[in-house]
Amino acid sequence: MSLAKRIIPCLDVRDGRVVKGVQFVDIKDAGDPVEVAKRYDLEGADELTFLDITASHEDRNTMVHIVEEIAKQVFIPLTVGGGIRRAKDVRTMLNAGADKVAINSAAIHNPNLIKALSEKFGSQCIVIAIDAKKTPAKPNRWEIFTHGGRKPTGIDAVKWAVKMTQGELGAGEVLLTSMDCDGVRDGFDLALTHAVSNAVNVPVIASGGAGNLAHLSAAILSGGADAVLAASIFHFGQYSVAEAKAAMHKSGIEVRL
Amino acid sequence: MQSIAIVNYGMGNVHSVQKAFEYVAPNAHIFLTDDSRLINDADRVVFPGQGAMGACMQALKQHSLTEVIKTCVNEKPFLGICLGLQLLFDYSEENGGTSGLSIIPGKVTRFAKNALKIPHMGWNRVKHTINHPLWHNIDDNARFYSVHSYYVESLDKVVVAGVTNYGVDFTCAIAKDNLFAVQFHPEKSQHDGLQLLNNFVNWNTND
Repeated sequence: MSLAKRIIPCLDVRDGRVVKGVQFVDIKDAGDPVEVAKRYDLEGADELTFLDITASHEDRNTMVHIVEEIAKQVFIPLTVGGGIRRAKDVRTMLNAGADKVAINSAAIHNPNLIKALSEKFGSQCIVIAIDAKKTPAKPNRWEIFTHGGRKPTGIDAVKWAVKMTQGELGAGEVLLTSMDCDGVRDGFDLALTHAVSNAVNVPVIASGGAGNLAHLSAAILSGGADAVLAASIFHFGQYSVAEAKAAMHKSGIEVRL
Repeated sequence: MQSIAIVNYGMGNVHSVQKAFEYVAPNAHIFLTDDSRLINDADRVVFPGQGAMGACMQALKQHSLTEVIKTCVNEKPFLGICLGLQLLFDYSEENGGTSGLSIIPGKVTRFAKNALKIPHMGWNRVKHTINHPLWHNIDDNARFYSVHSYYVESLDKVVVAGVTNYGVDFTCAIAKDNLFAVQFHPEKSQHDGLQLLNNFVNWNTND
């Protein structure tokens, strides 16, 4: 094997700024997205993910301009998620310089959306984003939630991941977030990551819970993830991407150094 | 001022390709086009492509671009990227069988179903199998970013310029006269990718 496992810093963007809070509360400013993106690129990030957490439509244009500016200066894959619902939204982001788009709740409202977008743009640029929560009293069962983890859907996360990635017109990648672990910084949901990684044949990005460098390695070694996504541990200077890579390399994981 | 035409037939991340060229060659005239006359007149041609091969071939035909591609491949520095590599071959297994441009003999095959994830996505090593001006200042086995489910199998082994391993050793770069084509995405491969694009911009195919 020579394909490297990826480290993907995630930038939650609101009103043109990178922000981070614990489950949408206690939001802290983490800088200008263009500057933050350039810093992670220099540190050796393998990709960057931007989640637009702006609610209003007008502010979406801000995100388009941010992506345009970053794509002029940062030459690694860029994924954009948040509020992408139609082919038109995908086209706008790809034209701005994004390489992939992450589709979350829109796929739940319209289960044929992923297929339609893959057909139009190629499955390599369609990422299915899944926000899952443990089902109380049922081990190894996770349910998909929307609206920042507030609204249950009754959909089984593992089954949904399989359904959304099946065949030539499925999504090319899964961005899997544990709503239980997100922002808690106590490690990824390894059982969830493992269950989804095992069930699908496309790469899986583990998200939600990174609090230290050992957590990143565990998501790959125990969770079977192909990539790890993290935000807070990088944003506030706790670790650099380079330090994270060195730690993963030390634990026997192949990374791009 | 030299001109670089990026063939734009509606398939793929042409804007990323354009931005990367603008970065490495700020003084060149870099433009996206589907006009075969402009492509013919350009000093250099870049042929990107993403998505499914069947859809790409169809789009090329709709834009009446197959002839100009075949001409330019023989006449000026020409860089194929991703589907822009696969389309040069005779035939692909994709979409129940799709004919290519038949510029390079061989076919395009899907990665076998095994323990490895498909698509092959991420940063993998590129082994140089020949010396070439486009490998200038790029280390052997440097990592480039790829995303694809199919790979090319050239009948003519002389054209193979680079190999990557993903369960199988597959051809990730080919070179023939003024043609160079890669499976990976130099426009998304940071320093080494930009170096390759820079090498292409400065490539003197008359040497």
